[in-house]
Amino acid sequence: MSRPSHNLPGFRLSLGLTLTYLSILVLLPLAMIPLKAADLGGDALLRAMTSPRAIASYKLTFGASLGAATVNAFFGVIVAWVLVRYDFRGKRVLDALVDLPFALPTAVGGLALTALYAKNGWLGAPLERLGIEVAFQPLGVAAALTFVGLPFVVRTVQPVLEDLDPEMEEAAAMLGASRLLTFRRIVLPVLLPAITTGFALAFARAVGEYGSVVFISGNMPMKTEITPLLIMTKLEQYDYAGATALAMVMLAVSFTLLLLINRLQLRLGRAKAQG
Amino acid sequence: MGALGAALGAGCSAKGDPNEILNVSFDPTRELYAEYNALFAAHWAALGNPTPKVVQSHGGSGKQARAVIDGIDADVVTLALGYDIDVLAERRLVARGWRERLPDRSAPFTSAIVFLVRGGNPKSIRDWDDLARGDVAVITPNPKTSGGARWNYLAAWGYELRRSGGDEAKAQAFVEVMFRRVPVLDSGARAATTTFVERKIGDVLIAWESEAMLAAKKLSAGSVEIVTPPTSIAAEPPVAVVDAIVDYRGTRGLAEAYLQRLWEDDAQRLGAKHFYRPRGAGAAPEGMFRSIELFTIDEIGGGWQQAQPKHFADGGIFDRIYEDR
Amino acid sequence: MAGVAGSVASRAGGASKVRRVTRDPAWARALLMMLALGFVGLFVVAPLAVVFSEAVRGGLGPFVAAVAHPETWSAIKLSLLVVVLAVPLNIVFGVAAAWAIARFEFRGKGALITLIDLPFAVSPVVSGMIFVLLFGGHGLLGPYLRPMGIKVIFALPGIVLATAFVTFPFVARELIPFWQARGSQDEEAAQVLGAGPWTTLFRVSLPTAKYALLYGVVLSTARALGEFGAVSVVSGHIRGRTNTLPLHVEILYGEYQFQAAFAVASLFALMGIATLGAKWALERKMAADHER
Repeated sequence: MSRPSHNLPGFRLSLGLTLTYLSILVLLPLAMIPLKAADLGGDALLRAMTSPRAIASYKLTFGASLGAATVNAFFGVIVAWVLVRYDFRGKRVLDALVDLPFALPTAVGGLALTALYAKNGWLGAPLERLGIEVAFQPLGVAAALTFVGLPFVVRTVQPVLEDLDPEMEEAAAMLGASRLLTFRRIVLPVLLPAITTGFALAFARAVGEYGSVVFISGNMPMKTEITPLLIMTKLEQYDYAGATALAMVMLAVSFTLLLLINRLQLRLGRAKAQG
Repeated sequence: MGALGAALGAGCSAKGDPNEILNVSFDPTRELYAEYNALFAAHWAALGNPTPKVVQSHGGSGKQARAVIDGIDADVVTLALGYDIDVLAERRLVARGWRERLPDRSAPFTSAIVFLVRGGNPKSIRDWDDLARGDVAVITPNPKTSGGARWNYLAAWGYELRRSGGDEAKAQAFVEVMFRRVPVLDSGARAATTTFVERKIGDVLIAWESEAMLAAKKLSAGSVEIVTPPTSIAAEPPVAVVDAIVDYRGTRGLAEAYLQRLWEDDAQRLGAKHFYRPRGAGAAPEGMFRSIELFTIDEIGGGWQQAQPKHFADGGIFDRIYEDR
Repeated sequence: MAGVAGSVASRAGGASKVRRVTRDPAWARALLMMLALGFVGLFVVAPLAVVFSEAVRGGLGPFVAAVAHPETWSAIKLSLLVVVLAVPLNIVFGVAAAWAIARFEFRGKGALITLIDLPFAVSPVVSGMIFVLLFGGHGLLGPYLRPMGIKVIFALPGIVLATAFVTFPFVARELIPFWQARGSQDEEAAQVLGAGPWTTLFRVSLPTAKYALLYGVVLSTARALGEFGAVSVVSGHIRGRTNTLPLHVEILYGEYQFQAAFAVASLFALMGIATLGAKWALERKMAADHER
């Protein structure tokens, strides 16, 4: 990797174009959120953000997103490992399937998952006999969010794993370390930044998800009501200010999270360039 | 940027075709208006006018009203409840006295709120008080997101209010008991019907009679049946011309004729065909609609202007069912 | 996103050196394979199977009828038009942004990258709402545009804007790591040889990055076709005019036309599979180019 050069032309033009387009398409529209929320005034804004309904919805939204991202982090690493390290028939198919949740409209994903996990569905029926209810429960929300976040950990870990120099592992093996120890001490530390990034992306994507969740959650206030649905409910009452108050909370969380990921990635990028 | 300009340009169609009107309607009326629009177009052309084009938009009633507020060019609105048109009147899009401009409080058809139960009615559900029984799980959409479902809620409220001789505390306790046993609150009426019929959740679905009859006909016949309680609320889905739009676009004559014609015999028959109770006597086949004692929202709560904030606003009676646990 | 981007960049960067130096024990292989296949099976294959089995439940006739229905076609046409308008906007922006970020150091770069990523993490409901707040009848700009006869929301421009918003990051996010990894020697050489800036861009920079660019376009297109929440807020749901394909699926489902809904939905799955096939071909081509 070479250092960025100042000899190249087009810095002003490209940055100017970027900032203009970014301002028109992203910043100006997003600025409407604090602008509209300010209509409420400090006290009412705080009250709208911290009503019991809102708090319950944050707990579910962030809790289920955290759960889904964790599941994706664990299984994502395994899927990436299998895809990079093993050769088997149908590997291409598996590789392709990982991206599918990205291409399918989320509402379709939600309809299919509800049909699947409802009490009379292919998977819901056997699970019910085990006493596990998925659809119309918080678990269903987590299942839908796992679906939408599935590609991210796999796709961040995969390239790092492919780039990983096997010599270290080889050396460790020759020194008598077990496979598991090698993985823990040699491979995992290298993968950890990628896993963190994938986890954060899956989490960020899950927090905002709406289309797939409304079908499977059951939308019970205080129990299975996600924050985006609460925003919809506010809109339904022509309460734009209240809706933007909740949107502001979500936006703040997403922004902080993305900022942290990007800091992490930039630092890693620099470390790699120097190393 | 050029493409953006082109896209913006495509949106420029200042007032549009004066011979075309947009009917912004709620979800379940699609088949009804598809047929009615053809009927009306033929009628209007027969009067010596150019054949008009009626374009449809369907969605949740509240969402549709919001679209009109936010600037969709609706010449007429045909929504699930009067409150959604009152909101337009508050914003001066529709004239204040809209309800009195057409017959029957501007609702050309009505529907009753009825029950859909499993085939053979295994839980023998007959009347509203059966819905508060410990062994009955009720399915209804969320009244906060579904306008149509507000009628469901008010039917239950009105039943107990009338039974108890006007005791609001009892009415409130009744809806609380009932709603606390609702396992799934879908965001719209059709989604709730799917939950009940396809996912087989719950013992009884509260629904508009029109929707219940459609579901009984379209979905797994025989596995569900309709129970008509002795009393219920009359759901009155109203229609109105959007004055601000028709005056701007110059479509008032066409839009008014379009709505007035809904009270003619052939239109009323069409309403009955799509399971709405017609206003005109004899428009529905004998025995199609079971007799039922219907009360109106004005009789139990002083109309939407009072009912909406009291029951359905944030922190209203409905919210307290879930928040006061 | 960064991850999807990373996969292209690094595969192009010579990832094919998978040497079988270390092997997992057989039991571990079996266990991991089972977990991986089980997980993907449960969360991807099973829902996909539901879509396809529901789509053909009543036979192929109704499937074809649903797909060939005029309203389906008008929805397909609108969705494609939206893609054709929104994606090029994001290509121009993506190239400019990636050029600035990958080729120059400046203050606030981290913040800029984060802002580019932001639409990805914004709830679709919110993405739609902000355009209503901006262009709606009571919005910030709406009341001024209205007398000029410019309709934005509940018309094509609003759908295009909302779609451009949600697909905003993809092209830039694909190009940035690629150009960063690639370095700027080629461009500098071109400069020394007297090439003008546009020649450098079109003859040197873009051709080398063509696969990353193409992959960014593929991702944007897939996301643009499938966007539901944001478009649902700004569309107005006017039959035959502003209903995109995902909205059409919802309508069909709401009308109890389950088979038709899943038949149209399966088009997405098919398009997804075709897209992924294209991506696979791209990656092979890229790997081949790299080895040369």
